[in-house]
Amino acid sequence: MIDRRIFLKSSGLALVGGSLLPNVFVKMANAATTKGGKTLVAIFQRGAVDGLNVIVPFGEKAYYDARPTIAVPRPGVDGGAIDLDGFFGLHPSLASLTPYFKDHSAAFVHAVGSPDATRSHFDAQDFMESGTPGVKSTEDGFLSRAVGVKKETPVSPLRAVALSPALPRILAGSAGAVAMTNLSQFGIRGGANVSGGFESMYAEAVAGTLGGTAKESFEAARILKSADPQKLQPENGAVYPNGPLGNSLRQIAQLIKSNVGLEVAFADVSGWDTHAGEGGAQGQLANNLRNFSDAIAAFTRDLGSRMGDVVLVTMSEFGRTVRENGNRGTDHGHANVMLVLGGGVKGGKVYGKWPGLSSQQLYENRDLAITTDFRDVFSELLTKQLAVPSLKSVFPGYDTLPSKWKGILA
Amino acid sequence: MKHAPKLLAGLIALTLLTGTTSSDSKLNDRQQALHALNRLAFGPRPGDVDAVMKDGVNTWIEQQLHPEGIPDRAVEARIATLPTMTLSNAQIVKTYYEPVLMARKQANAEAKNGDVDKKDVRRELMADVPPNQRPQVVMNDLVAQRILRAAESDRQLNEVMVDFWMNHFNVFAGKGIDRFLLTSYERDVIRPHIWGRFEDLLMATAKSPAMLFYLDNARSMAAPENRPAMQQQRGFGGRFGFGRRAIVVHPQQQGQGGLNENYAREIMELHTLGVDGGYTQKDVTELARVLTGWSISREREGGEGATFVFRAQMHDAGAKTVLGIRFAPGGGIEEGERMIHVLAHHPATAHRIAYKLCQRLVADEPPPALVARVAKKFLATDGDLRQTVRAVIESPEFWSPASYRAKVKSPFEYTISAVRAVNAQITDPAPIARALQQIGEPLYGAQPPTGYSDKADVWINTGALMNRLNFALSLASNKLPGVHGDVVSLIPAGQAADASHSVEALALALTGGNLTEETRSIIKSRIVERKAPSEDPWDNTQLPTVAGLILGSPEFQRQ
Repeated sequence: MIDRRIFLKSSGLALVGGSLLPNVFVKMANAATTKGGKTLVAIFQRGAVDGLNVIVPFGEKAYYDARPTIAVPRPGVDGGAIDLDGFFGLHPSLASLTPYFKDHSAAFVHAVGSPDATRSHFDAQDFMESGTPGVKSTEDGFLSRAVGVKKETPVSPLRAVALSPALPRILAGSAGAVAMTNLSQFGIRGGANVSGGFESMYAEAVAGTLGGTAKESFEAARILKSADPQKLQPENGAVYPNGPLGNSLRQIAQLIKSNVGLEVAFADVSGWDTHAGEGGAQGQLANNLRNFSDAIAAFTRDLGSRMGDVVLVTMSEFGRTVRENGNRGTDHGHANVMLVLGGGVKGGKVYGKWPGLSSQQLYENRDLAITTDFRDVFSELLTKQLAVPSLKSVFPGYDTLPSKWKGILA
Repeated sequence: MKHAPKLLAGLIALTLLTGTTSSDSKLNDRQQALHALNRLAFGPRPGDVDAVMKDGVNTWIEQQLHPEGIPDRAVEARIATLPTMTLSNAQIVKTYYEPVLMARKQANAEAKNGDVDKKDVRRELMADVPPNQRPQVVMNDLVAQRILRAAESDRQLNEVMVDFWMNHFNVFAGKGIDRFLLTSYERDVIRPHIWGRFEDLLMATAKSPAMLFYLDNARSMAAPENRPAMQQQRGFGGRFGFGRRAIVVHPQQQGQGGLNENYAREIMELHTLGVDGGYTQKDVTELARVLTGWSISREREGGEGATFVFRAQMHDAGAKTVLGIRFAPGGGIEEGERMIHVLAHHPATAHRIAYKLCQRLVADEPPPALVARVAKKFLATDGDLRQTVRAVIESPEFWSPASYRAKVKSPFEYTISAVRAVNAQITDPAPIARALQQIGEPLYGAQPPTGYSDKADVWINTGALMNRLNFALSLASNKLPGVHGDVVSLIPAGQAADASHSVEALALALTGGNLTEETRSIIKSRIVERKAPSEDPWDNTQLPTVAGLILGSPEFQRQ
């Protein structure tokens, strides 16, 4: 039995009757409790997470036939999936996300992905991040293009931030995204004299990567210094789990609370490439999912009412094979699952047409088939959450019709 | 004579003017020496540019192409003091991995009997292990060895190429027992083979426990119906007429196929042909079948991961076809060896290796004509890597002004070149290893098999740039524990008379003359303007700051 009171206490709302609540974040967003703008937080699970064990189609027998040792048991038994809608269940390690599904602030999209047939991690991530599956010549990332289309003035140097040591492909481009691993260490440690010296040097530098990058760095450092986000402690009793994702999300929360104009935040998390010894309800994948779930839950809790202005979405380059392999793991597959959570989300549902797992329904007789293109999900999120006026340049060569959107956001 | 120093400064400035001007169709001698030391080494130390110019850059290159002929005693002596660097793979596994294994077994046993937290038990048991036997010693030694060699070895081109090939044949230290297997991998598998034939290098990696574990081939096995040994088993009572016993299939061997495609895919996609090299998903599966049985020793066979073992009973003995090559049923290890030969000699492989070498040594987007010529040389010399690298270095494209300072240093190249520029003495490489993590390239820390990139756009972005600048400042002011440089000593006597001279002299010492007029002016203005007119004349205390600014300059980011 999910304890809704804990969640409600943290968001400061009273218990309403006994029925399932509407998405509390929608109410908050409508009430405009925050003075900051809206933010989209994208989390990339690198290595192809096994979506079929994340949102488990326990209602389909073929799932259990295909995975004699690594299937997640049906709800109701030890280690069983957490029932979502009678057909799909959550991997038990994702328990901390259950309250958000139940109160309709979180949704999942299943059988979603990139149509390109590649099963190369490198290529598939490249195609997904560039937003142009199958096209290798695209130089920038679709999130950078999306932010760039908005043509705002003035532009915050911290409007697009990646919590990673190197700027990810998805944010590469002319929108001036910033990459950092540690907010408190972002800046020159040498005094104003030295800092100024570097600034001048790089302002003079030849145009191109070095020059432009440096200029943004110094501006971003200046803003961070005055906003001082790292002094902000997690609120509402949120405890981030140890690990890179918890660390990234904690800092993204600090940036959001500091009102520095953050519109797009990005973090990635690795370790999903479970070719061997994947485990079912317990094991390698389960452990990673627990950390993943707890980090996102902590983030949501930490932000409290500000979550009304935030939408968090997860993605992965492709899914994994339906049948387990000989090493109790799975190989590279096709369709996968995405999580969408936050203000404006019409949650409590698993979106997407379920293609089924019988042999003739599989992609190339081995993988979950795709019934929703990932660009349809992002088109909706970018338009409704970030008010991106036009998607033509964001997903070139793709028809971004609203009729194809799933209606995940209000 | 107040004007003389100014004249002198002007003269120095003139001679320092380098960089690509449109009228230059050729690099001058100094530029050539700098270019060689930046691309084919980890940057010049004080005096290196002059030494190379004196001997002639071609002589220097010829020596570097034959590292076995360069004595390197000082560095070798240092490396020998790192205890794990002289241990065999089996010894490392036994000494450092075994305690971990035993702690895990103990914890599992205790958990079975009672309500204990396995993690706590393991932690307690590991705390009893003496510090010099703790597992982290192995990777600490290996990282230290790589940093020391890059910074101090006279076989500089060798170290550049080790970095290249360790990246090309990437193995991630964070995966399972690979952190114990990497030492032997670099020392016994990669280093001895990088100047020979590509096929030998490829074969060595394919039979290395490190790679077989990293890409899961060690556990890949054939579908039950294709395994040879099991089908011929006779039962106990065969001789006495009880007939053949039923085939015993171990639980581990059950399941769909048993095949793991990871290595088969990556050996084609990354190590040889390239993703557009013309193989299909079917080829991946078939190659995976070919490579079944290529495995590693178990604990009771001399240590887990200690040696390569070909397991016939795991090998797929059925008929196969890979890239159009047919294998009849009943084959063994020779199938994989044949495919390695085929892959090593494939034109797509030649193209890919040539492309990557040109990208590392010449330009992020290597000229196609150069790549084609180098690929041709690769094929013509049976994959001779020394000849292939020579073809890159001796090309007009390598020496073109368009290539000069055209690349941005990777984090490893950046930190090591800064350490070499100030001629720092390294007593503890750990702070450098930490800096590498912050700048984005922790050694042996690339999780995906693609390894680290050779292109600028991946490295230069906001956070990383800040960390580079901070590293430069710390290094120059001797704030990095274990890394000691003395920037004051870099300036020839008498040339530190005032701020302007000091900047010029340090710029020359640290960059060999690559700092632009603009950058030098900015540095001078920062230093000079901040001193009140009535204060003491110029002193040495500002030199570390100047050095830090130079090492953090846009010019020093380039090579």
